[in-house]
Amino acid sequence: MSTTSTRGLARPAPAKAAPARPRRGLRGSPTFNFWLFCGPFLVGLAIFVYAPILWSLWLSFFEARFTVTPDKFVGFENYTYMLTNDDFVGSLGTFTAFAAFIVPTTWALSLGLALLVNRLRFMRAFFRSVFFLPTACSYVAASLIWKMSIFSGVRFGLMNTVLGWFGIENIAWLVDPDPPWYWLVIVTARLWLQSGFYMILFLAALQNIPGELYEAAAIDGAKPGWQTFRHITLPQLRATSTAVILLLLIAAYQAFDEFYNLLSKTTWGRPPLVELYYKALGESQDYGAGSAGAVILTVLICAVTLLQGKFLGFGRGEEAK
Amino acid sequence: MSAMSNSNWSRRSLFRAAAGMAAAGSLAACGGNNGRGGGAGSGVALTQYFHAYGEAGTEQAIRKYAKAYDKAAVSTQWITSADFESKLFATLLTKNAPDLFEFHPQIQMVKSGQVADLTDIIEPVRNDFNPADITSHTVDGKIYGVRMIDDPQFFFYRKSMLEKAKVEVPTTLDELAEAAAKLTTGKVKGLYMGDDLHSVINPMIWSAGADTLDAKNQIAYHTPAVIEGIKKMRKLFTSGHLLLGAPTASWDPSSLNQGLCAIQFCGMWAMPSIQKALGDDWGVFPFPKTVDSGKPSVYNGGWSMFVNAKGKNVEAAKAYVKWLWIDQKKYQEEWATSFGFHIPPRTSIAQTATKLKSGNAAEGVRLFNEFGHFDNIGWTQAMITSLEDVFANAVRKDMDPEAALDKADTAVERELKKLFG
Repeated sequence: MSTTSTRGLARPAPAKAAPARPRRGLRGSPTFNFWLFCGPFLVGLAIFVYAPILWSLWLSFFEARFTVTPDKFVGFENYTYMLTNDDFVGSLGTFTAFAAFIVPTTWALSLGLALLVNRLRFMRAFFRSVFFLPTACSYVAASLIWKMSIFSGVRFGLMNTVLGWFGIENIAWLVDPDPPWYWLVIVTARLWLQSGFYMILFLAALQNIPGELYEAAAIDGAKPGWQTFRHITLPQLRATSTAVILLLLIAAYQAFDEFYNLLSKTTWGRPPLVELYYKALGESQDYGAGSAGAVILTVLICAVTLLQGKFLGFGRGEEAK
Repeated sequence: MSAMSNSNWSRRSLFRAAAGMAAAGSLAACGGNNGRGGGAGSGVALTQYFHAYGEAGTEQAIRKYAKAYDKAAVSTQWITSADFESKLFATLLTKNAPDLFEFHPQIQMVKSGQVADLTDIIEPVRNDFNPADITSHTVDGKIYGVRMIDDPQFFFYRKSMLEKAKVEVPTTLDELAEAAAKLTTGKVKGLYMGDDLHSVINPMIWSAGADTLDAKNQIAYHTPAVIEGIKKMRKLFTSGHLLLGAPTASWDPSSLNQGLCAIQFCGMWAMPSIQKALGDDWGVFPFPKTVDSGKPSVYNGGWSMFVNAKGKNVEAAKAYVKWLWIDQKKYQEEWATSFGFHIPPRTSIAQTATKLKSGNAAEGVRLFNEFGHFDNIGWTQAMITSLEDVFANAVRKDMDPEAALDKADTAVERELKKLFG
């Protein structure tokens, strides 16, 4: 077919668009369109996020036992109870220790995996999938596998079987708090579940680093390996690293599933959400105290987030413009 | 390529598709398993919550009873054991709360108006119930639940293992610890009481001659004998002779059946399963004396049926409870003795239950009658948790028992103050 013939083809559009017909009614209104698209989500946000938060705040000032529509105002009594409860305060310490360990460890492991996978010459897609797949596994399922198969306290648990080959006695990984082997179980479960996801983020960032940078560095005499990693790769990953650290911290704040399923009804190894669940919600049905604890936790999270933003320099770039 | 891929969806075709999907959804709902029970009857629909019993056939039995009732459609939710309490308590606050549910008698449910007064349906047969079961469900003269089964809990042991190790059946906590040591071999641990030890908390307190609360609803567990008992339990926990980290909880007899331990704390419900696995090579004994001045004890647990007082169908739910758990004696006997073994709370049924008349079952009934302690309705979930924390801190961790009990006192006093003023 001739490429020059215009017969049978649509006419090209005029260089200048004809003036649009005035649109009728609300459909032409940007405000209407905004509410059309965002309205349902805002309604959902209001009903399922903001209303419960406000309700929780209200409950925290009442004696709300076995009810979420209380009528006995108790002022700050619930707050005093939670703040003087050493289990609740202790749970904040547990969380701090957990976050201080899990955030850098997951960051390092996922970055290491990304670097390894990025350098692969063959089966790259396979290894990416293998490391990413645990992300699709539920925390509850993983916890049960860790608890009943790998770290079971009896002789046929995987770890105890391996230890048995070296003549080491069975270890009750999750039952005896002394020594605290339960941390090994919790941390390995979370590393397995999380690292693949952050590996993908790092992998994307690694692939965005221009190859010219490495070539220029090589011409300038930079040695490949640690020197290049430290002075080129790591600085280029700064934005991604910051995002990963933030996401990891948020995930650490939300820690519940694996702690709840691995350490059922202990008084140790309880992050704040588990402590709140046991102490004030759940079976005890003290929704007033539970809400007070939740408010305290929220205030703490806000404070930490603000400090973190200041420390990591969020928004500094915007201000500089 | 399909023709569809090039066609544009018109508004009309979108509406048509949406209507079709809605209709398909409705049809699917009609045809699928919607969880409803049988018997439509008057059109009243009731929902009941049960925790998942471990014994095979129990779920089918409960659904069968529901289906046999023709005055209402009764649907059953069979909830995983570990999630039962949290799901029940959370749902009771909502409009989706069950009309009736099984649980243990606890006064806070009465005080907060969660459970309905069932005195009128129980009163005519009150004298046929175990008096202790009536007492444990009574607040200010009103009865708030119908006991379905009584579950005595004690130690099960392998006779051959004790004979081989030349160990007598323990009668004191010290002897139990010694037996556990002698029975521990390379592959078998001497004793299993669950990882968290929760099931032996109350028995240990009773065997120390103490109680959870006294008759005036004041703390009765904080005694020197209980402190001594906690110290002994700590020694036992760290001895290396306890089975820890077992695949199943203590309510499941699998650890004993599979030869992981020689002695296990469990409930009478496990007897048929143990008999099947071990033949006659087993026996039972109560929680032994904690101290010399104490007395062996047996926890008479069990499950009761309650009606949600805030439900929409209180009268219909009460009628179903009366029909099943008061009138249908055949079903009650089947429920108590055809799956696991339980003691029927109705004296007339207990007396004719032939399966409980011989062997270890009869011994279990004797221990129930001689050493049994029933639920105290004033001992609430928050108080239970406080003593669980004592065991976690002072037995599993090395906290000073006195300090652990002081901490529990604070929590229990707070609860008592809120409940009784």
